[in-house]
Amino acid sequence: MNIKVQNLTKKFNNYLAVNNISFTLERGKTLGLLGPNGCGKTTSIGMMLGLITPSSGEVLINDKNVNSASRNDLLSKMNFASPYIELPKKLTVRQNLEVYGRLYGIKDLKNIIAQISDDLNLNNFLNKKTGELSSGQKNRVSLAKSLINKPEVLFLDEPTASLDPDIGDFVRQYIETYKSKNKVTILLASHNMKEVERLCDSVVMMKEGQIVDRGTCKELIEKHGRDNLEDTFLQIARSKK
Amino acid sequence: MSWYKIYGLSLRHIYLIKGSFPRILDLIYWPSIQVFLWGFISEFFTMSSSYYSNTVGIILTAAILYDFLFRSSISYNMMFLEEIWSRNFTNLFIAPIKISEIIAALTMTAIFRTLIGLVPAVLLAIPLFGVSIFKLGIPLIFLLIALYIFGVSLGLFVTAGLLRFGPSFENIAWASLFFLAPLGCIYYPIEILPNTLQTIAKALPLVHIFEEMRNILINKTINVIEIIKSIMISDIYFVGGVIIFYISYYGAKKKGTLINIGE
Repeated sequence: MNIKVQNLTKKFNNYLAVNNISFTLERGKTLGLLGPNGCGKTTSIGMMLGLITPSSGEVLINDKNVNSASRNDLLSKMNFASPYIELPKKLTVRQNLEVYGRLYGIKDLKNIIAQISDDLNLNNFLNKKTGELSSGQKNRVSLAKSLINKPEVLFLDEPTASLDPDIGDFVRQYIETYKSKNKVTILLASHNMKEVERLCDSVVMMKEGQIVDRGTCKELIEKHGRDNLEDTFLQIARSKK
Repeated sequence: MSWYKIYGLSLRHIYLIKGSFPRILDLIYWPSIQVFLWGFISEFFTMSSSYYSNTVGIILTAAILYDFLFRSSISYNMMFLEEIWSRNFTNLFIAPIKISEIIAALTMTAIFRTLIGLVPAVLLAIPLFGVSIFKLGIPLIFLLIALYIFGVSLGLFVTAGLLRFGPSFENIAWASLFFLAPLGCIYYPIEILPNTLQTIAKALPLVHIFEEMRNILINKTINVIEIIKSIMISDIYFVGGVIIFYISYYGAKKKGTLINIGE
């Protein structure tokens, strides 16, 4: 599945959160959506998921508007993971995966939950309440939920935020492997530039609701004459324009 | 509509109740307290009032039926609030589940929650006060249906408000039924109300339900028209509730509240 974002704009009363952004993400590719806090990343992802109605412009997934009547068909092939969005804390990990598996219409749930649990090392806490897990464990459960429907498009919002280096690396490794095996299209919002360099084929830099730069990580580093993406990010984020 | 998905969403709430003894206790506690409170009040009234002297337990029956309405509406609101409190909203609304399936799941699960609380209270009333709501006979089923539809409709109006305005609307969720109670003529006949309020009250199904309950218990007759009227009025509110819920959903999408409602 591919994603086309065309002239997307969102205005909340007098505040312009996203200002006329456009980009295309081809099937099987990973795009990094970067920018400082409050630059409009979450609002853009919200519009791509059909959770926020754009003021103008559109999001096409496989040439179908995400806000059209076919939204549910599209959603069944998409998913989203973010450490800022939680699963019901009082339910066990297994119960949460079962509930979401059903909401995604997955039939062979028992086997799929077993498979994901093995892949993401969830077996030790599968019967523990989600609210009792550590942030690293919660993060993996959130990722497991986002893979329950074997999505063709995956939205990841800071998937390794607040994780220790070991678990962070495990998650990045898992995403890399999953991507290469399943040809999944990924949109990744992250503040971890090393992660972006490792996972993304290209990046879009946002600032104050607009796209201010785009290209592969290498192209942007060279263009701005920096040594790495982190310095490049800082230069763009701190520039006046 | 997919029953598989509806069951999935219901399961989320069933697991929540099953996994927490305090929650089950809370569901049972309040209806039982109501039975005790209104049981003693109705015993006092039957001893002191000629109006109630022939029919022991009219007030208690009214209290149980009103509690059924209250619990169905609150159950509906609570399940929606659980999604807000657990910050699960975004996950729910990006799942390929239709709004109609969410409404269906909440409506069906609300009856489960309601009955957990109500059944013990109903059974308690029989040995403790000699009052059984089953004395209403077959019409009881239809009166409960009308009450349930109206309870869910109120739940829909409140959850629509939660969706549109966020958790700040929570207090309205708790107050909604108390606001309607005076006009519902639950414990007194409609004639008590001033004429203008009587006109407004007749637009609520509660008046027809509770007037009919008293009619059955006091006059031992069944007015089918009143029962049909109560179900039809409840249905109108239900349709209104569904429409308002959809409007709120699209409003929330415009406002962007679906993505940050728990924050």
